[in-house]
Amino acid sequence: MESLYDELKAKALRIRRNIVNMIYLASSGHPGGALSITDILTTLYFTEMSIDPLNPKDENRDRFVLSKGHASAALYATLAERGFIKNEDLLGFRKIDSNLQGHPDMNKIPGVDMTTGSLGQGLSAANGMALAGKLDNKSYRVYCVLGDGEIEEGQVWEAAMTASHYKLDNLCVIVDNNNLQIDGTVDKVMSPYPIVDKFESFGFNVIQIDGHDYKQIIEAFEEAKKVTGKPTAIIAKTIKGKGVSYMENQASWHGKAPNEQELAQAMQELI
Amino acid sequence: MDKDTKIATRQSFGEALKDLGEKNNSVVVLDADLAGATKTNIFGKAFPDRFFDMGIAEQDMISTAAGLASCGKIPYAATFAVFATGRSYDQIRSSVCYPKANVKICGTHAGVTVGEDGATHQMLEDISLMRGLPNMTVLCTSDDTQTKWAVEEISKINGPVYLRLSRAATPVIYEQDTKFEIGKMVQFGEGTKATVFATGAVVSEALEAQEILAKEGIDIRVVDVHTIKPIDRETIIKCANETEKLISIEDHSVIGGLGTAIAEVLTEECPKKLVRMGMKDCFGKSGKAMELLEYFGLVANNIVEEVKKN
Repeated sequence: MESLYDELKAKALRIRRNIVNMIYLASSGHPGGALSITDILTTLYFTEMSIDPLNPKDENRDRFVLSKGHASAALYATLAERGFIKNEDLLGFRKIDSNLQGHPDMNKIPGVDMTTGSLGQGLSAANGMALAGKLDNKSYRVYCVLGDGEIEEGQVWEAAMTASHYKLDNLCVIVDNNNLQIDGTVDKVMSPYPIVDKFESFGFNVIQIDGHDYKQIIEAFEEAKKVTGKPTAIIAKTIKGKGVSYMENQASWHGKAPNEQELAQAMQELI
Repeated sequence: MDKDTKIATRQSFGEALKDLGEKNNSVVVLDADLAGATKTNIFGKAFPDRFFDMGIAEQDMISTAAGLASCGKIPYAATFAVFATGRSYDQIRSSVCYPKANVKICGTHAGVTVGEDGATHQMLEDISLMRGLPNMTVLCTSDDTQTKWAVEEISKINGPVYLRLSRAATPVIYEQDTKFEIGKMVQFGEGTKATVFATGAVVSEALEAQEILAKEGIDIRVVDVHTIKPIDRETIIKCANETEKLISIEDHSVIGGLGTAIAEVLTEECPKKLVRMGMKDCFGKSGKAMELLEYFGLVANNIVEEVKKN
């Protein structure tokens, strides 16, 4: 297992370097929340999900919905690392002649299962995919990453009711609990806490993990698969801006691009 | 037009949905706790596995429909027009229209003909909202036959559709086997005094006005606009060139609806005065459907007066 964790760590490092570089080249983007979900995405795309870059529309594939679509740089860099898109595609991120839109577009990028961007809608869409899977007796699973600020959106709780009501045990929600949103810490802006109790009371099986610990992430996904009759929510404690010292735990790095000097420092740290 | 047989288009919708469900396994239906009123309960009873009551949560319903569509289902998501399009506008915009999701949004109880429930439930801006969204097709059907056609026809469009329906029972206008085409208006008569463009629940009022005027020797034509987007530019231009007066009538605001859609074409192609009959930048109120149409000046006699005005 140690070698697997090392392998994931190496991939995540390349993904993080790409995230920071993409946002630097675009002079815009959302580094903080992209770096906080990098380890979760790396684990999903390299150990957890049943997917095939050569057949991105396979109807039996596992699905992934990045409900917090502003963290698109993390998704694109992960899709590139996994072979869905080319590494050089990343250089066009957010540019006029690129398919890599500011927020994920399912019709433009292979491997993107749902268009997102307006917060709060992804869990409902993931539910729709899970319902379709049940209807068609398919065994695929649906994964959905929500931001902890995002769950301030009321629709998330409508969707949480639906997931539980329809017993969507083929659904696994991951809450990226980095504790920051644009205006500050989530508890100061509009506290969604207690997040664990909320999901439990909405009928979810809830697992709490460190969202940067591969062993814990993998074990949580394994546990989620064993639960029947209810959806699982993994509440992952994460660090916004993880891996770049000056970005870590800084709300100001929610949606800001590094300058040349800052890029150089980030690249020095991400090795 | 059979004035004695009156059927609400929501009823026709519910029945047609069940027929479509029999023919097409991919069709699934979602409702937001109004299945008895929207008549999706007819489908729900026949195909319980393919029917999802989403509770009083329209935003969730629309995005869930988008997720189902991404897996090859053809979701029909129904509730009152005001909630279907107003409550969940951003979900329709981001989860449905932008990704071109194959979702059919069905808004029943549109317009003042909702009646007694009053202003909060009388949607008068839905055509305007839905028409403005890229990738969206907008239909507003006028009778039982046309609605049943529309329910099946829109399943063949691979993309977002808004179908606007009414609560009130209205006359059956068309024979059962009438053929329609999306984006093609239906013209009644060749009169040259005026063209009355009408949509939905008030098409029957326009046809009645045509009868009244014919008795007085005034020949007008009535055009049933069942597809508001894409709009039939050709027929608008033709009528503008062939008739003296142009009138539009809708159970909807005059801002952004049928009248506006026609005015846009006229402005670009053949500038001509258009009288827009509809809700004049105001909310509705409680009352019976017909009383309200009379109160807001949207019945046959109002059209007759408008045609006769100099």
